[in-house]
Amino acid sequence: MRSESGVEKAPAGLVVAVGAVLLFLHAPFAVIVLYAMTTEDASFRFPPPGLTLDWFRVAWNRPDVWQALGLSLQVAAVATAAALVLGTLAALAVHGSRFFGREAVSLLLVLPIALPGIVTGIALRSALSLLGLPFSFWTIVVGHATFCVVVVYNNVLARLRRTPASLVEASMDLGASPFVTFRRVVLPALATALVAGGMLAFALSFDEIIVTTFTAGQQETLPIWIFNQLTRPRQRPVTNVVALFVIAATALPILLAHLLTREKGGGKT
Amino acid sequence: MRRLALLLPPLLWLGVVYAGSLLALVSQSFFRLDDFTGQVVRVPTLATYRQLLTPANVDIAVRTTVMAALVTVADVVLAFPLAYFMARYAPPRLKAVLTLAVLLPLWSSYLVRVTMWKLILAREGVLSWGLEQAGLTPLLDRLLALPVIGGPSLSISPIGAFLAFTYVWLPYMVLPIQAAIERVPRSMLDASADLGALPARTFRDVTLPLALPGVAAGSIFTFSLTLGDFVVPGALGNSSFFIGQAVLAHQGTAGNIPLAAAFTVIPMAVMAVYLLLARRVGAFDAL
Repeated sequence: MRSESGVEKAPAGLVVAVGAVLLFLHAPFAVIVLYAMTTEDASFRFPPPGLTLDWFRVAWNRPDVWQALGLSLQVAAVATAAALVLGTLAALAVHGSRFFGREAVSLLLVLPIALPGIVTGIALRSALSLLGLPFSFWTIVVGHATFCVVVVYNNVLARLRRTPASLVEASMDLGASPFVTFRRVVLPALATALVAGGMLAFALSFDEIIVTTFTAGQQETLPIWIFNQLTRPRQRPVTNVVALFVIAATALPILLAHLLTREKGGGKT
Repeated sequence: MRRLALLLPPLLWLGVVYAGSLLALVSQSFFRLDDFTGQVVRVPTLATYRQLLTPANVDIAVRTTVMAALVTVADVVLAFPLAYFMARYAPPRLKAVLTLAVLLPLWSSYLVRVTMWKLILAREGVLSWGLEQAGLTPLLDRLLALPVIGGPSLSISPIGAFLAFTYVWLPYMVLPIQAAIERVPRSMLDASADLGALPARTFRDVTLPLALPGVAAGSIFTFSLTLGDFVVPGALGNSSFFIGQAVLAHQGTAGNIPLAAAFTVIPMAVMAVYLLLARRVGAFDAL
């Protein structure tokens, strides 16, 4: 099926449109690099009056940046761990079985990303208020884990669907116990899907602001810090330096996760 | 039975924590805020919904839904050529590169991408500068002078919010459309050609209908994400609220969680209808 697909030549108009859309997607990144180095710190004047690398030093020495970064990393780590366990269990249970309420369960799993984030946020906020619970680190984690489960679930389920059932049957026929089969056959098949799902969940949590706003109280995760900085007129390039860092911090693991799953998947099938 | 045991932890989490919270949300919307004491009165009432249906609040709901629809249309228009090219013409290596080119913006911080548009659209920013160089400043001024969608600068106007929304959700639209087009069997295209259809006809009568589930799947994201967002209109919009901002404002300093809860019933209802429609055209298989 894929053999002939590269031979045809695309119409020129299509190529131009593709180029334009790609430019639209990527040009803004250049803008933020430029503004991380501008000497103008109170407006977004273009072209910048001068260029400096000093903001990187200033950002490095800002304790509020480090605090927000630390909180975001902790939240993302715990939420990802919870999501990995819950998402994998859910995928294993839903895959290849028909039980009463299966549709309802898969709907419930997808709901946290199908519904606007604000619904999840205000729902958790309502529950906290009804139960009289105070905001804390854990309320942020609960919010994040709720939508991170879906990412892991989707990745694992997709992998399970592509893994032939005959592998599991063969293992069982050869006398392996369900546990051994899981450890020696299912888990290795899932490994890269778990890594990829975990990285996506981590990036999702690291970047989340909508739900966090409703479950964080006074605490600032990195996205909330950036959002608060947007309305502040001083030292604006510091925000852009942090933004650059966030791009690198989320893009690199995603890139790795992507390459990891692609190569393995492509090599085997 | 073992499967059910596997299911128990995730089910407990989503069934109790998440579904329980949704229930708390709905029940809060039937409470009301006492105007004198500022306390939430926990007696079932429709007073909050009456408050929700005042013209100002209906305006907010309509404004947000219209924005979500416009952003979705713009994203389909921008995403389709790219998705089509990736699925039909790009050789494997180029396709891998393009996939990354779509994924990287998607996975680089959403908030950072909103920040970029704040920089780009600022009155003294790069877009104004570019338009000035091209002698198009009068056009920009006329655009900003428009009622409803205009404003003092692009970075403080619904036009700016529209551009930023379109930008941040675009990758969500590209990937499902690409996947849907890729699933159209080559033999079907060949059959169409053999039966005498010109490429344009094949595109319109075969590819396009079969890509529709992908469009619907992508639009679930663009629509839903726009409905609940307060960051983009907060950073780039004017003083006209969107649903997300209204929810945030009511639950925050005002402490009016009932009204905030009632507000979120709007996107939930809109999404419920939307998901039912999307299911009809097979969006869930294309997710």
